[in-house]
Amino acid sequence: MALLEIRGLHVHYGAIHALQGIDLAVEKGQIVTLIGANGAGKSTTLRTISGLLRPSAGTLTFDGQSLTGKGPHQIVRLGVAHAPEGRGLFANFTVEENLEIGAYARKDHAGIARDREWALTLFPRLRERLRQSAATLSGGEQQMLAIARALLARPRLLLLDEPSLGLAPQVVQTIFQIVREINAAGTTILLVEQNARMALQTAHYGYVLEVGRIAQHAPAAVLAESDEVRRAYLGVG
Amino acid sequence: MVCAALLAPRRSVRSSDDVTKLIQTLLDGFAVGGLYALIALGYTMVYGILKFINFAHSDVFVLGAWISWVVTVRLLRLDALPADATPWWAAPVVILTAMVVCGLTGFIIERFAYRPLRNAPRLNVLITAIGVSLLLQNTGQLRVFFGPYPKAVPVLLPNQTVGSVAGVNLPAVDAIVIGVTILLMLALEALIFRTKLGRAMRAVSFNTQTAALMGIHVDRVISFTFVLGSALAAAAGFLFVMKYPAGLKQPADAAWVMLGLKAFVAAVVGGIGNVRGAMLGGILIGLLEFFGVAYLEPLYRDVYVFSLLILVLLFRPAGLLGRAVAEKV
Ligand SMILES: Nc1ncnc2c1ncn2[C@@H]1O[C@H](COP(=O)(O)OP(=O)(O)OP(=O)(O)O)[C@@H](O)[C@H]1O
Ligand SMILES: [Mg+2]
Repeated sequence: MALLEIRGLHVHYGAIHALQGIDLAVEKGQIVTLIGANGAGKSTTLRTISGLLRPSAGTLTFDGQSLTGKGPHQIVRLGVAHAPEGRGLFANFTVEENLEIGAYARKDHAGIARDREWALTLFPRLRERLRQSAATLSGGEQQMLAIARALLARPRLLLLDEPSLGLAPQVVQTIFQIVREINAAGTTILLVEQNARMALQTAHYGYVLEVGRIAQHAPAAVLAESDEVRRAYLGVG
Repeated sequence: MVCAALLAPRRSVRSSDDVTKLIQTLLDGFAVGGLYALIALGYTMVYGILKFINFAHSDVFVLGAWISWVVTVRLLRLDALPADATPWWAAPVVILTAMVVCGLTGFIIERFAYRPLRNAPRLNVLITAIGVSLLLQNTGQLRVFFGPYPKAVPVLLPNQTVGSVAGVNLPAVDAIVIGVTILLMLALEALIFRTKLGRAMRAVSFNTQTAALMGIHVDRVISFTFVLGSALAAAAGFLFVMKYPAGLKQPADAAWVMLGLKAFVAAVVGGIGNVRGAMLGGILIGLLEFFGVAYLEPLYRDVYVFSLLILVLLFRPAGLLGRAVAEKV
């Protein structure tokens, strides 16, 4: 069984039917990407997994446990961390405080210290800025902090919502390289991206979301070769 | 020279009066300003987290004042004792009871009146808050609770003076009111800026959804905020009746509304949502009010306060310590 299994998921915002029956599985140890145009429902999917939104129908199962009826504070404790769209940093906190609050749900101080070290090794620029207010970081550094903060929760599944958003190509390369490293260290990742090219290069498996439905899914390498994906998302053909 | 010699003795007489008046005005301003601040903290903390004005908050302060009366007169029957026979533990017991009862009331108000409206339009919540306020006021007037008449409260604090400044005696009541207020503020500061719970409160106040993603139990933090704000208001209620024991006005009396309004003004002047701002705003407003009354025109007591509000809104609309634009990453 996959680490995360979603079946027949429907989500509404009032009258807006944002997700219209989604099936999706994230295998343990993989990077799975969810690509799609603006408004397709990518963020909605992640927000539903982490418990910020309640589904109107369908089931979500993480590591064999149903997520239905669980709030975000419970889902984090099951091992799902979510680095949200727009980063969601606490600008009134320092970099250090943002990292510390990432471990809010944990009590194993030794483990927290180890993960903090690891996160700062992955993102050495954060180490130089620990005392600085998060508001003073550059866009790339903010994204690094958002990912590092999520790592401090010691997730088994890491949800990343558009980590490349608004970043220079070089920074995007760095971030995706680190995403691979995090995955290599054993963390399963569900990666939402508009940068389909980078996402498909990085991921093992991919889903294409079109206005609330899954249009295609296949191993990332296969998707990258599919005509529709090339035309719609890679700007080729 | 002649002139100065003639004036000298007169001036020295007047200056001793002046000093007395000045010191008493300062004491009153700080004491009552501190009480405004304690109430303002509840307004500002709830606003910081839920972005709405809890209009029922000042009624929780009134409840605190009345619970102090209930415990003192009805439960402990301290009004039967001669004033100097008040046991030392009476005041701590009364203030703590008031804080617990009001904390519980704040919890219930949030749980049953506001939480069901968490995702409703802001206006619905505002109207509900006004409803809760009216409910508290009018329930309090019922005879089974506090009744529709003002009452006198026996003074539980020592009646003496504690030392003197420049030959002016300091009343113990003022010293205790100011001391307890400062203590509560320091405790709150430590809680908010030094503890994990305080950090969770600041996180929820900055961004509720992201706070939830960190594993913070947002509903619990909100409940706690109401309990905390209500307990501080209760402490203010107790201290208020200790400073002004003669006329505890009935719960729906308009005088309470004005007090609550001034505390709200204090929160806005300091920067709504900002804890230190509420403290600063309360003290400023207390001082302004008492200096206006003592040195300008007493009839304009409320005018001074609201003029300050207008000035702040004109020139620093986010309040003295508020940020003009909430910075978000
Ligand atoms: N809070 C909301 N209230 C109402 N509708 C919403 C809300 N959030 C999203 N929607 C709608 O739900 C649909 C899916 O939105 P979602 O944010 O999931 O898209 P997305 O794929 O993440 O897009 P983007 O790439 O722009 O981030 C859109 O039509 C959007 O307008
Ligand atoms: Mg999105």
